[in-house]
Amino acid sequence: MDKKTILKVYETMLTIRKFEECALKLFEENKLRGSVHLSIGQEAVPAATGTFLRDEDYITSTHRGHGHAIAKGARVDLAMAELMGKTTGYCGGRGGSMHIAEVEKGNLGANAIVGAGIPHATGAALSARIRGTDQVAVTYFGDGASNEGIFHETLNMASLWNLPVVFICENNQFGLSTPQSKACSVKDIAVRAGAYDMPGEVVDGNDVFAVEKAFLKAVKRAKEGKGPTLLEMKTYRWKGHWTGDPEVYRTREEVEAWKKKCPILRLEKHMVDKGVMSTAEIANKHKEVDGVIRKAEEFALTSPEPDPATVLDNVYFGEVN
Amino acid sequence: MSIKKYAVAIRDVIAEEMRSDSSIFVMGEDIGPQGGIFGCTRGLLDEFGENRIIDTPISEAGFTGVGIGAALTGMRPIIEFMYMDFTYEAMDQILNQAAKLRYMYGGKATLPLVIRGQQGIGRGNAGTHSQSVEAFFTHIPGLKVVQPSGARDAAGLLRTAIRDNNPIMFFEHKALYANSEEVPDDTDFSIPFGVADVKREGGDVTIIATSLMVGRALEAADILAKDSIQAEVVDPRTILPLDMDTINASVRKTGRAVVVHEAHKTNGVGAEIASRIMEDSFKYLDAPVTRLGAKACTLPFNLVLENAVVPGVDDIVAAVQNISYR
Ligand SMILES: Cc1ncc(C[n+]2csc(CCOP(=O)(O)OP(=O)(O)O)c2C)c(N)n1
Repeated sequence: MDKKTILKVYETMLTIRKFEECALKLFEENKLRGSVHLSIGQEAVPAATGTFLRDEDYITSTHRGHGHAIAKGARVDLAMAELMGKTTGYCGGRGGSMHIAEVEKGNLGANAIVGAGIPHATGAALSARIRGTDQVAVTYFGDGASNEGIFHETLNMASLWNLPVVFICENNQFGLSTPQSKACSVKDIAVRAGAYDMPGEVVDGNDVFAVEKAFLKAVKRAKEGKGPTLLEMKTYRWKGHWTGDPEVYRTREEVEAWKKKCPILRLEKHMVDKGVMSTAEIANKHKEVDGVIRKAEEFALTSPEPDPATVLDNVYFGEVN
Repeated sequence: MSIKKYAVAIRDVIAEEMRSDSSIFVMGEDIGPQGGIFGCTRGLLDEFGENRIIDTPISEAGFTGVGIGAALTGMRPIIEFMYMDFTYEAMDQILNQAAKLRYMYGGKATLPLVIRGQQGIGRGNAGTHSQSVEAFFTHIPGLKVVQPSGARDAAGLLRTAIRDNNPIMFFEHKALYANSEEVPDDTDFSIPFGVADVKREGGDVTIIATSLMVGRALEAADILAKDSIQAEVVDPRTILPLDMDTINASVRKTGRAVVVHEAHKTNGVGAEIASRIMEDSFKYLDAPVTRLGAKACTLPFNLVLENAVVPGVDDIVAAVQNISYR
């Protein structure tokens, strides 16, 4: 990665982290409802993949999807407004935290049903193939989702039809309270690619350089018409499954050990070591992003609630008699 | 006009629409060289090629989701289900995804998608291949639900479905595929959704019937006519949207109504129609609205038993006679 790219990836990670810290704060202040699933600790995956996509490329995402949307170019003010259910939010308050979408910019949407977005990205890839474009589709999902039937059905079709899609499994070690070892027949989810005759690769998901390298290889393969790839990004979720999780399934020590592998700290150290950014510049960047998030928070807090008279809008396209 | 079988009418509309709109493609099991097990895509592979006539693996949830992704990104997929009973495999993708994404994404997602296939009795296919499952799809807002009872309606309604920008559930009937009817040759011939068709006029009682039951209701009406009861037969054609204006107008004229469908009576679409008649037209009614539908058991394999489960012509005649007191 050149310096400009590193800075872009870094800023994206920082934005995701601070966006989610702000969401957590708002939740604790009772200003934000519903369930909020934080990806704190996992930011390297969206940042070092989404940053490399064009507007016309597609993504689908999950309940833990703030990072994917932001890396694909979502505005943090509109995203925060959606988390608060405000009328200015991406979905006008109809979707909330788990459904941020911006179809015209290639974000085909986050999805609250585990695994449900996987075929949507694959369908976008099929559509690109039929239309003869060089668009690529990326779908993010968890380790838990790789146990859903639709994951297997879709990988089979994507490989059978050589579709330009990249399957990104963010293995954060748990599906809610269940450790991967208690839910998966395999140690590495990447080996599941073999069943569908596509390449599968285990990647250090907290290392932006490793993520970028594996991702660009998969994108190249997709664009060359060679078909899909399954990338398993090993990472860790620092926070509970959702806000309010008692976290009985792991020890504090385990969480602390993973915090030492923070993808953001890791990149900051690299940048200082290589002279990409000084500690003072890093501190300034933090302040700058803090300011952006504060503005987004303010925007969300002061945005109006949706008008109940509009609740029946958009059930259908057009009038239905 | 051409005389066409119901299955051929469907195939021809798909082909005509595909010729004029390159964003339409068809996906499903055994629809390529096989042409679909009921022939509704016969010959289409030769004309349109593998890029647009796509044989899928037996992965109903997966290919429905793939269709949704294609619809979100500028295509207009038609998904054939070999049996509509198999939609159970894809319920999350249909009811949670196709029906809801537009709403949940704040109106910014558009899903022009047709899910079509056959259902119902007639071939002794037993409990998992003979059901009428349309009611499930009317309960969750976001889908439109169509049930053509003849070749002409099938052609006109399918064209409307393909051109609509919403996800459509299009329920054909296996026992109707071989029935022939005159179908207009006009490649723009279409029938709007939400417009019921009065298949027979009469002043004494209204029979509201769908799909295969429309034919049985017409037979029943002929028998009743000999008894000096003139039945009006109304086919809603689309059960969502539902043309209550036509139904109410008929019921207000006749004062009596029987609703008949092949699907289970319990919580079937008939319950919705009957209660809406009572909400809208109670003071015009001279008798309670009667519902007929399949008995509350699994569709049996044996054809004698299968026929005993779903409403027959005799059942319709008896139901009408029962409410035709003065
Ligand atoms: C089909 C379905 N089953 C269960 C749930 C409830 N649920 C939401 S998230 C989750 C865990 C998902 O684990 P994983 O796919 O690994 O993603 P992660 O939460 O770790 O990011 C569960 C069980 C759901 N939303 N959808």
